[in-house]
Amino acid sequence: MTGVLRMMRLENKVALITGGTSGIGEAVAELLAREGARVAIAGRNESRGHAVMARILQSGGKTIFLRTDVRKAAECQRAVDETLRSFGRLDILFNNAGVFFPHTALECSEEEWDLQIDINLKGTFLMSKYALGPMIAQGGGVIVNNSSGWGIVGGDKAVAYCASKGGVVLLTKAMAVDHGRQGIRVNCICPGDVDTPMLPEDARMRGLDWKTYLAGCENRPLGRIGTVDEIAKAVLFLASDDSSFMTGAALVVDGGGTAD
Amino acid sequence: MQLSGKDVGRIAEKVALITGAASGIGRATALLFAREGAAVALADVNTDAGRRVADEIAQSGGRAFFEPVDVTRAADCQRLVERAIREFGRIDILFNNAGIIRRATVLDLSEDDWDRVMAVNVKSIYLLSREVIPHIQKAGGGTIINTASGWGLTGGAKAAVYCASKGAVVLLTKAMAIDHGPQKIRVNCICPGDTDTGMLREEARQLEEENRQFLAEAAKRPLGRVGTPEEIAQAALYLASDASSFVTGTALVVDGGGLAGSV
Repeated sequence: MTGVLRMMRLENKVALITGGTSGIGEAVAELLAREGARVAIAGRNESRGHAVMARILQSGGKTIFLRTDVRKAAECQRAVDETLRSFGRLDILFNNAGVFFPHTALECSEEEWDLQIDINLKGTFLMSKYALGPMIAQGGGVIVNNSSGWGIVGGDKAVAYCASKGGVVLLTKAMAVDHGRQGIRVNCICPGDVDTPMLPEDARMRGLDWKTYLAGCENRPLGRIGTVDEIAKAVLFLASDDSSFMTGAALVVDGGGTAD
Repeated sequence: MQLSGKDVGRIAEKVALITGAASGIGRATALLFAREGAAVALADVNTDAGRRVADEIAQSGGRAFFEPVDVTRAADCQRLVERAIREFGRIDILFNNAGIIRRATVLDLSEDDWDRVMAVNVKSIYLLSREVIPHIQKAGGGTIINTASGWGLTGGAKAAVYCASKGAVVLLTKAMAIDHGPQKIRVNCICPGDTDTGMLREEARQLEEENRQFLAEAAKRPLGRVGTPEEIAQAALYLASDASSFVTGTALVVDGGGLAGSV
């Protein structure tokens, strides 16, 4: 943009973003705010949440932070209520909160299984459950879920993560079928490896040195990992009217990683 | 909303080549790409309608030319690419959109119709891509977008050759994405559901069904309506622009939820 006025793509919209305090969620919060949306950031880490909020406020955006654990129904309900109280409506829900522990079925503890399924999948259900009512009442809305390339193909040592993300893809389609006639579009994105804190953390848990691990991640047609901004732009496309005929879709943003 | 200035367009200063540009999705995409700042080379077998699209773009201050092209002929594809280079100097975006449909089971399908559908829907992508890829490479990278279909991912009744052709487009897309990713060429396809185009009415005619009844059936999907060509064009714009810079080898389903499951 070189000084020419351009219409913002989410003017007068209100977005609620889970896992909004880092990585993809943080980038989406900032991009949607830049495109004119008022943004409610939900997350568990208060200090990171306030830092994201401060940056958005500083560049003239409107935002609030809502301390939220998406495993808890009451907290999801409160996040939706607080968003409505602060901004008067809810147009876009980005279900992004997610965790990952690299284990086979033999190694995965029951606690780690529950954690991944509850945050990645049940959290998406709970947030949607409470957001859909107000969206339907106001005549429509958009839900974008963060799935994964590993919601479409299997990955090594990732049983609970793959199960949770495969669940997100089909939960997306089921909700699209149920609520399309009520003016709600529901889609998911399936990112490949992206430069988030989740990536070095995965390398550490797998006991791999970063260089070796990264080389493996870069082994895809575009020859590199993605940036959080590239994923955020996919979310913007799905959140905006540019995708008005899209629902129930899984948008793969992975540098070609699942093409072969 | 002002989007004609080259500073604001989302594909400003790019050159796009669009086949099947005289009507439907191709026409809507030509108009949108031009509005977003691209110079557009338009190809179609329908010369009158194709010229009208180019004129419309020129009248609103965009850059466009129309070239009569049969995309199943290698010489035509070559001529189109040479003219695009001559007039616009480069090619960044190729939208392989030309397509036809024959609504028949394999029992009712003539061999000529099989060959024709495969040639227009699939072989054209090969013929044109092999001409264009060296130029996109010279431009430092770019994108190829193919029009596949929801019926490139799942089967449909009385559409054997169409399904075969569009399934081929989906996998040709992935194969090309793998081959040309290292050259910074992204290759993706769009899988539209039923869209309000001439092709949809042509299907009703081929099936000898009443138009209104056919369109009512087509609207049976979660969003409860057929798509507009402009909505498919927006998907093409996303794939053509830098907004999708990490997207390659994908099939972008734009179908009002038709493939998500039964309502």
